[in-house]
Amino acid sequence: MLRLLNIEIHKLKYNRASRILILIYFTLLTSIALIAAIKFDIGPIKFHLAEMGIFNFPYIWHFNTYVASLLKLFLLLVIVSMMANEYSNKTLKQNLIDGLSKKEFILSKFYTVILFSAISTLFVFSVSLILGFIYSDYTELSIILMDLEYLPAFFLKLVGFFSFGLYLGILVKRSAFAVGAMIIWYIIEWLIFAILGWKAVSWETAQKIKNFLPLEALSNLIKEPGSRLDAVKTVAKQVGEDLSKDFSVQPLDLIIAIAWTFLFIYLSYALLKKRDL
Amino acid sequence: METIISLNKLNKKFGAIHAVNNLSFDIKKGNVYGILGPNGSGKSTTLGIILNVVNKTSGSFSWFDGSLSTHQALKKVGAIIERPNFYPYMTAAQNLDLVCKIKEVDRSNIDEKLKIVNLYERRNSKFKTFSLGMKQRLAIASALLNNPEILILDEPTNGLDPQGIHEIRKIIKDIAATGTTILLASHLLDEVEKVCTHVVVIREGVKLYSGRVDELTASHGLFELKVEDDSEKLIKLLSKFEGISSIKNDEDIIIATLSKPVTATEINSYLFQNGVLLSHLVKRKPSLEQQFLSLTNNKN
Repeated sequence: MLRLLNIEIHKLKYNRASRILILIYFTLLTSIALIAAIKFDIGPIKFHLAEMGIFNFPYIWHFNTYVASLLKLFLLLVIVSMMANEYSNKTLKQNLIDGLSKKEFILSKFYTVILFSAISTLFVFSVSLILGFIYSDYTELSIILMDLEYLPAFFLKLVGFFSFGLYLGILVKRSAFAVGAMIIWYIIEWLIFAILGWKAVSWETAQKIKNFLPLEALSNLIKEPGSRLDAVKTVAKQVGEDLSKDFSVQPLDLIIAIAWTFLFIYLSYALLKKRDL
Repeated sequence: METIISLNKLNKKFGAIHAVNNLSFDIKKGNVYGILGPNGSGKSTTLGIILNVVNKTSGSFSWFDGSLSTHQALKKVGAIIERPNFYPYMTAAQNLDLVCKIKEVDRSNIDEKLKIVNLYERRNSKFKTFSLGMKQRLAIASALLNNPEILILDEPTNGLDPQGIHEIRKIIKDIAATGTTILLASHLLDEVEKVCTHVVVIREGVKLYSGRVDELTASHGLFELKVEDDSEKLIKLLSKFEGISSIKNDEDIIIATLSKPVTATEINSYLFQNGVLLSHLVKRKPSLEQQFLSLTNNKN
């Protein structure tokens, strides 16, 4: 495993575009902390985001993993191109001739995905912990340890999303088209939802079906945290909306995400095995 | 003698095209093999199959008597297929370093192999700045990193200028001289004739010949003859001569193929006695090219 990871890191570390994207990604992850600096002070209106409760334990786990997962697109570009470039440079063929098996090739990419996701999770954990200690109203250990399931959910969300990227990279062999294919797939999920809800079944059932589709399943892992904020809830109550919904990480969503991840990696392997290079 | 690779009734179909047809042959340690065939005869496909990049349709092949799986065996092999494929953004040395990691061999060989192919001075230049000849030489260095049991070369001089061709050939000859087993696919016959001891001839995926190069070219040879005026008479006389199996008129030179040993003196005195004076008489061994053409044409 270390050998395969070592091979893939060797390929990435000399690639300037990948290096820059990785750097931007981790810089942005760290800069979540800068949200704390958002402060409006216009005469009577005083607005300091950090004091709105967004950095309160345990809510911070939810908020930060959600915001951090928006940045995954930067790493997606790295991952898709590390797969697609092997095709355009024909280095995949050379790797196999040099004695890498097709299974090892896919695994070296998958291990890299896991490594990136693990480091991202560790980053978000550290940044959140530090921000929490600075801004949270409660710092009791029992409260800090609450809702920690957002971290494994974040990890799985990244692994699943990047595995999808790997699969598309190997399927269409061109980085730009692979990213395009993912956008098209996102639209297709909406179309399936719309057609089902409009013609076939109730909107509620259509949503349940959509929950099984990969991008929807991955986004369900961490639900939007905005309407969970006390401040937002209060406003909503005033205008007569009830926003109480379940924000926790659902086991079913986890299972669906894991199933898709396995499927994407297996399909990548099957595709590579079947193809003549 | 130790068998390095053995092909058994290998087949590959691309849709309706039968690219490799029931191909069987063995590669033994210590020999230099040439796979000969016109373009599109299935040479590269065959190599692709044994190198794990093309899936076979049926049949089998085994590396080192089946003692190793294909990808493990490939770590003991050095191979270059058509175009050199490396990471354009890495330097020569970084690319070779990666190959060492894949093949699980020590990195200490890198400098030595770069020197063999005269790229040591350019080791820190990016691959994308290399000329085709340099890229091909880097590919050879990469194939030599693990001191391979067998070196497989597919059209190594394709697309190179005369200078580049000469350099690559010299490197191949030097490697062959060290006793390394080589499998060289080419459609350039003089290339094969110069370095190979054994040859496999294939056409449209079918094996036409496999054996030693000198057996393929072995025969009693042929005469090239020329007269100034009456070539009709010459042909008539030759056809009566015992030991000449066929006569061919190639422009104004007449080629007589022998079926038994005949010396130039014998034929000259026979013709002189019958009143034919030759202006040109040469006895030669058939070249691999002529043998190859007659082999591949016989199938038509």
